[in-house]
Amino acid sequence: MSRRKRGKSRDVTNPTVADEPALVSIRTPAPVLEPGHTFGSVTDKISSIVLTRQTSRGWIVGFAISFTLMMAFLYATAYLLARGIGIWGTTIPVGWAFPIVNFVWWIGIGHAGTLISAVLLLLHQEWRTSINRFAEAMTLFAVSCAGLFPLLHMGRPWVFYWMIPYPNTMDLWPNFRSPLVWDVFAVSTYFTVSILFWYMGLIPDLATLRDRTRNRFAQVVYGMMAFGWRGSAAHWQRYEVAYLLLAGLATPLVVSVHSIVGMDFATGIVPGWHTTFSPPFFVAGAIFSGFAMVMTLMIPLRSIYGLQDFVTMRHLDNMAKVILATGSMMFYGYASELFFAYYSGNQYERYVTLNRVLGPYGWSYWGLIACNVVFPQLFWSRRMRQSIPVLFMVSVIVNVGMWLERFIIVVISLHRDFLPSAWRNYHPTIWDYTHLVGSIGLFFTLLFLFVRLLPVISIFELRSLVHETDEEA
Amino acid sequence: MGAPSKPESLYGLLAEFEHAEDLLHAARTAYAAGYRQMNGYTPFPLEGLSGALGQKPTRLPWLVFCGGLVGGGAAYLMLYYASVISYPLNVGGRPLHSWPSFIPITFELTVLGASFAAFFGMLALNGLPHPHHPLFAVPAFSLATRDRFFLCIQVRDPLFRIETTRRFLEGLAARVHEVQP
Repeated sequence: MSRRKRGKSRDVTNPTVADEPALVSIRTPAPVLEPGHTFGSVTDKISSIVLTRQTSRGWIVGFAISFTLMMAFLYATAYLLARGIGIWGTTIPVGWAFPIVNFVWWIGIGHAGTLISAVLLLLHQEWRTSINRFAEAMTLFAVSCAGLFPLLHMGRPWVFYWMIPYPNTMDLWPNFRSPLVWDVFAVSTYFTVSILFWYMGLIPDLATLRDRTRNRFAQVVYGMMAFGWRGSAAHWQRYEVAYLLLAGLATPLVVSVHSIVGMDFATGIVPGWHTTFSPPFFVAGAIFSGFAMVMTLMIPLRSIYGLQDFVTMRHLDNMAKVILATGSMMFYGYASELFFAYYSGNQYERYVTLNRVLGPYGWSYWGLIACNVVFPQLFWSRRMRQSIPVLFMVSVIVNVGMWLERFIIVVISLHRDFLPSAWRNYHPTIWDYTHLVGSIGLFFTLLFLFVRLLPVISIFELRSLVHETDEEA
Repeated sequence: MGAPSKPESLYGLLAEFEHAEDLLHAARTAYAAGYRQMNGYTPFPLEGLSGALGQKPTRLPWLVFCGGLVGGGAAYLMLYYASVISYPLNVGGRPLHSWPSFIPITFELTVLGASFAAFFGMLALNGLPHPHHPLFAVPAFSLATRDRFFLCIQVRDPLFRIETTRRFLEGLAARVHEVQP
């Protein structure tokens, strides 16, 4: 540590505001990085999680539970492939049910990862540094879960490649005027670009792990994955340009993906879906649920691995503010939904809205309002934003609320549309629940593996942060 | 073996620094002294180092631009070919070339093409994957991914003379390592 002190002695003759403790302590937000860290200490701390720490009992128990749930998912999927999608409660008129609800829910969760890593990078929000790697991994795993649902919902997933345009003996093309086909391109592009972005961020850190580990096998594996990264000035120069460009590309991409998911609904003539405000509303909801999921995962992670120095209260506070802001946008969305149903003068629109609020699934609407509108209001208070239990609880509640929202949009709109003779209530089966809970198991299985095998925080970006902080000091 | 001042059995001389500023200073000094075949190695992107070493800005943005053009162009042509030439289908009297509905897929594939160009272009221009490199044989170099800064002047630099270059680097850095090829 002493070698970092060099060169700072001149500051004594030139005191700045930072030297006045009384001034600093009043209104400065919590730091992005706790003071006292060096290049070496941040490197050792993060890489030790992967390289030297014993696999904790908590990890094994958590992994075992997630893995069991994932097995349940596979079991349900095998049964689904054998018997067809009749095992689900999905039936006319509710032809889109749990699988599509789960798809939209998962893909929305994924969006915060890209937002944190790309948009906040472009906006020079340096607090993103400690959470972007983890959020990107979360994106990847959430999109993996999301992508499975439309595939399984097709009934014959083994011919999924019919959605991809290729010269075929059937002499057919996909219908390129349909948002459902746009979705195929949007989600697969999003998944691919997220992998590239995430892996690119990992390359210098994989090189760090390669150089830090004493295990020959790990050295070879991390070495191969790092592609022989040496951190030369020429490397870094191209790397930074590429990383910035990828961030710039990912930003409109993330908006387009959830807009297209919104258009899946908006182009349908079903009352409650056929509205131009779906795309922006879906994007706001995606950010809202994604930030909540990052918070849900980050709070236990930082205390288990002692990462409080890197994921500080400042991060949690900022994320709570984003949740509050996007939650308010959601409230605006719900309010305008009600107003425009009334203002449209269309009896079907009016009925669907009334049916959402007061119909047989009214509980889900009021649950949604409580979860997404009422609880986030706690974050107006600074004291609440500083309380870990409140942050954790509200973030879980928001995730539940966002699932309910997609349930309301998909199921309630469909179960009573135009002709009362075609109305029917929807009843999910045990397989619907197994697939939902099982996909959560898949998500956590991947996350547990990630936390154990790869650095959860971007080490080289933390070193940059240490460098910048030192220069400012 | 060649002339003693240009030993064939050497890749270069590697100077080790503890502080980023020292490396920047050394890079500027070495460039001013006329050295060109050299590179700096840092644990994080160090602003200004590339310029101090006289490296030109990368052409990567052009590559990414071309990747985007290829992706978007190919997408639009594919959509046009499928909807107008190969399988003209009258959907509710809409024109066959209904370009607004072609925009989303064109956009997605533009982003995909540009992202592939950014990722693989970065690797290709950097000459990666390159699992073995002479520098990896220097034990101290493993700290280049932790907290040390390095400057390597290669033998192939026309000004490289083993004694003078070593003395030059020793005037700037605490430790100088020989790098075997």
